[in-house]
Amino acid sequence: MDRVFQKSEIIALAIGFFLVVVLVPLLNSMGLIADFTINLWGKYLCYAIMAISVDLLWGYTGLLSLGQSLFFSLGGYMIGMYLMLMIGKLGQYKSVLPDFMVFLGHDFLPSFWRPFYSPLFAVLMVFLVPGLLALLFGYLAFRSRIKGVYFSILTQALTYGAALLFFRNDLPMGGNNGFTDFRFIFGADLRSAGTKRWLFIFTGVALLGIYMGCRWLTRTRFGMIQRAVRDSEVRVLFSGYGAANYKLFVFVLSALIASLGGALFVPQVGMINPSEMETTKSLEAVVWVAVGGRGTLIGPILGAIGVNAMKSWATQAFPDLWLLILGGLFVLIVLFLPKGIVGIPEQIRDWIARRKATPPKATYIQPYDS
Amino acid sequence: MSDSRHHPFILTAEGVHKSFSGFQAISDLNFYLEKGELRTVIGPNGAGKTTFLDLITGRTKADSGKIIFANSHDLGSLNEYEIYRLGIGRKFQTPTVYTNHTVLENLTLSLPSSRGVWASFFAKVSPEQRDRLEEILQTIQLSKKSSWQAGALAHGEKQWLEIGMLLAQNAELLLVDEPVAGMTDEETERTGELLVGLAGKHTVLVIEHDMVFVRQIANGRRVTVLHQGTVLCEGSMDAVQANPQVIEVYLGRKSQSH
Repeated sequence: MDRVFQKSEIIALAIGFFLVVVLVPLLNSMGLIADFTINLWGKYLCYAIMAISVDLLWGYTGLLSLGQSLFFSLGGYMIGMYLMLMIGKLGQYKSVLPDFMVFLGHDFLPSFWRPFYSPLFAVLMVFLVPGLLALLFGYLAFRSRIKGVYFSILTQALTYGAALLFFRNDLPMGGNNGFTDFRFIFGADLRSAGTKRWLFIFTGVALLGIYMGCRWLTRTRFGMIQRAVRDSEVRVLFSGYGAANYKLFVFVLSALIASLGGALFVPQVGMINPSEMETTKSLEAVVWVAVGGRGTLIGPILGAIGVNAMKSWATQAFPDLWLLILGGLFVLIVLFLPKGIVGIPEQIRDWIARRKATPPKATYIQPYDS
Repeated sequence: MSDSRHHPFILTAEGVHKSFSGFQAISDLNFYLEKGELRTVIGPNGAGKTTFLDLITGRTKADSGKIIFANSHDLGSLNEYEIYRLGIGRKFQTPTVYTNHTVLENLTLSLPSSRGVWASFFAKVSPEQRDRLEEILQTIQLSKKSSWQAGALAHGEKQWLEIGMLLAQNAELLLVDEPVAGMTDEETERTGELLVGLAGKHTVLVIEHDMVFVRQIANGRRVTVLHQGTVLCEGSMDAVQANPQVIEVYLGRKSQSH
């Protein structure tokens, strides 16, 4: 049996921990890394968490879900409700109600908002709400054996429907402006450099923890079956496995991971609104995974950080061309780097091997269709 | 193997009908298979052979009629994996293996073990299972390629791997759809020996087109001819080949007598 973590991986993880827990925060407190930068990187790490959730579904199980931005946003909204209540009377209207409620003429806090004064409850909801939604949706979709592009379309429709719902003002969730102007989290001032640093550290540790958990999972028998579902669901069923149960588990797990990413994202970015939920956001995450290398765990992390770092630069340097650049990048990757950034060394090795004059060993015979 | 005809039936199909948007694929099929038997089913294209396997394994449901396994399980009310868990294994017409998994992993996934999600987190290959895997690898002659990706195997090797997966499953009833398609003569013969060796301990139902192969494995055993979704005749290979109806069907002459 292979060990779950190889030596090189343990070293890489140790470096990762050192970076996010010690080096970057230290350089930040010394003033060598700007507060803005550490905040930006915290945001990238949240996107990386979301990218892993996309890849767990798409790369490992063959389920292209376009609903991950929904789960990401739901996590953000859940923590956002708590953050809105923590503003207290410091808002524009000096009311205990969140500003948007005063603006819309609410006299009192809707009952489902009340428990969100408790940070513990909010954190619980970060997992419970997206988890239950994924469980219900996944159960219905997989039981009806909805697959392939139909599954993608359904998840897209779910996300779109949810975005429309959250855009409405009569759902007291802030309408199209969403939540913003947060002040405090767990009693700490969100605007202080120290709090931002802690959020960055926490996000980094969460990402590394999720990476390790997924690494373990994908190397168990479960992971083997997961990839089997991706490659030949018929054979899985005819090997006695209830494929739907495996897919449901991955779907719920991915929703929880994405939601955690969103919950860490919102306090760092300082706002959440329904545009974060739109399908284009789900698609962007798919692009990160494709760019980084799908079916690997390091790929989505590299892709999410790389594409977003590029986006931050390009939206300033060529604000009008950004979408074209992203689209072009995706086309180029699909055409020339099917295994993404992670696959480049392997592709170079293959290319060199092919350049050598020795004829290839005939090991593969094209099967014919009988 | 089992010449006596007093074994209990492991599979009975009675009055089975199945049509696909007007096309009658299976019509009033009655079929009885004894425990430990090696039965070969032949028939021209479109005779309903593969549909019959689909009905047994839960891939499609019959319009009417009953298919009973081991005298007690109505297969019409179960889905694919429930039927598998009763001990019915299937090899598909086109080899269906996990192309991105290694040969060993393909076999490992077929070993009898709990099929639940929670159990899969901690499932390990026991030493006995390891020995069994080695044994199967030898049987299907893939020992040296156990760490190969299944997708890199030759067509015939994939067929064997899929048969190996049935062996790993240790199914009571093996349904084998065209096992020798795309195999060399030598491979074909070995496959025949393998299937014959399985009969008795397991019940084997083979669908095949290759008549040389059918002769090899049917040797004295019962052969069923399917035609237009129903059993045309049954008997030894010689009897079947001498049957005028069978000759008509295979030579495609117009037949009034039905």
